Amino acid sequence: MLKVENVDKSYKTHGFLKQHRRKILTNINLECQRGECLGIIGESGSGKSTLGRLLIGIEQPDCGVITIHGKQIRDRKQRKGHVSVVFQDYRSSINPFYSVEKAILEPLRDYKMKEISDELLDRLLLQVGLSPDYKYKYPYELSGGEAQRVCIARAIATEPTFILLDEAISSLDVSVQLQILDLLKTLKSEYNMGYIFITHDLQAAAYICDRMMIFKDGQVQETIATKNLPNVQSSYARKLLQNLITF
Amino acid sequence: MNVLKNLSQDKLGITSLIFIVVLTFVGIFAPLIAPNDPIAVNMQLRYASPSWEYLLGNDHLGRCILSRMLYGIQPSVLWVFVALAASVSIGAIVGFIAGYFRGNVDAVIMRICDVMLSFPVYVIAIAIVAILGVGLGNILIAFVLMKWAWFARIIRTSVMQYVELDYVKYAQAIGMSHPSIIVKHILPVTFSDIAVVASSSMGSMILQISGLSFLGLGIKAPNAEWGMMLSEAREVMFTRPELMIAPGVAIVMVVLAFNFLSDSLQVALHPQLRQSNQSQQKLKWFKAPAQHEKEVVK
Repeated sequence: MLKVENVDKSYKTHGFLKQHRRKILTNINLECQRGECLGIIGESGSGKSTLGRLLIGIEQPDCGVITIHGKQIRDRKQRKGHVSVVFQDYRSSINPFYSVEKAILEPLRDYKMKEISDELLDRLLLQVGLSPDYKYKYPYELSGGEAQRVCIARAIATEPTFILLDEAISSLDVSVQLQILDLLKTLKSEYNMGYIFITHDLQAAAYICDRMMIFKDGQVQETIATKNLPNVQSSYARKLLQNLITF
Repeated sequence: MNVLKNLSQDKLGITSLIFIVVLTFVGIFAPLIAPNDPIAVNMQLRYASPSWEYLLGNDHLGRCILSRMLYGIQPSVLWVFVALAASVSIGAIVGFIAGYFRGNVDAVIMRICDVMLSFPVYVIAIAIVAILGVGLGNILIAFVLMKWAWFARIIRTSVMQYVELDYVKYAQAIGMSHPSIIVKHILPVTFSDIAVVASSSMGSMILQISGLSFLGLGIKAPNAEWGMMLSEAREVMFTRPELMIAPGVAIVMVVLAFNFLSDSLQVALHPQLRQSNQSQQKLKWFKAPAQHEKEVVK
C-alpha cells in the first residue's frame, strides 16, 4: 500500500541576484491500495510528473512522508521488487545496448539473484502480446507500441506492489492506446497490482481508473470515483469535463 | 567478445587494432627483434644509406635507425599509453561522480578541475621534473597529474546528458545501487565519447612527451625515443631530410591507427550506428532505389 502524507516540493530557480524557490507541489495526500488504479489528471506543468518522481523515490520531498507498506520509499532497499514505472518516452526507456531479454530480466536479476528460467521470460512476453522471438531484438528494432509493451513486461516482471504509469500511453496512436489500456486492465486483475496512472487524457483515465485525482497548480482539486465523474464539484474539474472533445 | 566480432567487420578498424597489437609486441620484445645495438656508435657509417645490415640506414653517429625505432616504441608509445590510461581512468572516475551525483559534490570537483586547468601544462611539467628529477617516468607522472582534470570535465559533460534518460530513472526507481547503474547504464553509452577523447589526445601526448624529451627532460640521450630522433634529424633537416622519414612516419601511423580504431570502436560499441551502417552497406548492393523507396528505408 502506497501512502503520501502532506508532501510539499519546490525547486530553486536562479534569479539574477537572489535565488527564489518555486513551489511545485503543495500539501499532497493520497493513498493507493493493491489492485486499485488511481488516476492523476492535470494539464502540463501542473506538477504531476514531479509527483511521479517523488512516488518512485528518486527525488526527496521538502516535507511530508511517502511510505510503502509503512516504510520510507526513499530507501532504495524498500523499493526493490515493490515499485516499478513506465515512462512516456519509449525511445529512451530501454538501454540501447540491451536486448529485449536483458532489459526485461534486469529488475529480476537485481531483485533476486537466483537463476531465472527461460519460460518466465517467454511467459512475460506472451502476456504483453509479443512473440517470444522478440527477446533477441534491440530497442531500435521495435515500434513504439512494441517498445511500450516491453517496458510493461519489464515493469510487471517482479510483480510489484504498484506501478507508476507516467503518461505511459500518451505518445502512442489511438488504436495502440486502447490495446495497451486493455492489456494493463488484464494484468492488473491477474497480478493484483496498484496503478498510479498519470495522464492529461481524461478519457483514457476514465477507461482504466477506479478513482481520479484532479490536479491543478500542484494542488489536488478533487478526488472522485470514476463512476461519479459527472457529479464533480470543483469548478476546474467541471471545466475539464466540458472541454472534452466527444465523438 | 561481441565487440571484437563487430570490429572485425570493419576492415580499417581491425587493421588498426592489429597494427597497434603488433607494435606493442615488437616494442616489448625489441631486444630480441632488433638487428643491432641501438646505442652502438660507428662513425664510419655516419649518414649511411640503407643496406642489408642496416635496413633503414644510420644516423649522425652511425647508429642503426631501425633498431633505434624498435627500441623507441616502448617510451614513445607504450609508456605514453600507460600514462594516458591512468589519467583517463582518474578523469573518468571523478567525472562520473561529478556528473552522476551533481549538487555540491559536482561543484567541489569542478572547482578543483578549474584550478588544475588554470596551470600551464608545460610549466608544471617542468616544475614537477625539477622536484622529482629528470626521467621519462617523472614526465609521465607530471602529465597524469595535469591531464586528468581535462578528461574529468569532458566525461562529466558526457555523463550528464545520459543521467536524465528514462532508463536510468527506471533503474533508480527499481532500487538499483548507484555503482551498478553507472557501470551498467552510463559507462557503455559514454564509452564511445571517452574512447574518442582518449585516442585523439594520444597523438598530442606522444608529441608533447617527445617535445619534453627534446628539451632533455625526458629520456636520457643515448637511449632511443621517436621524438628525440626527430629532433636529432632536425639539425640536418636540409642536408639529410631522409632522417626524418622513419620517426615521422612512425608517429603519424601510430596516431592515425589510434584515431581509426576509436572511430571503429564507436561504431562497434553502438548498436544503432552499427545497424545504420549495415543497412547502408546493404543498400549499396542493390541498384539505386527509386525515390519513394528511399524514403521508406529512411
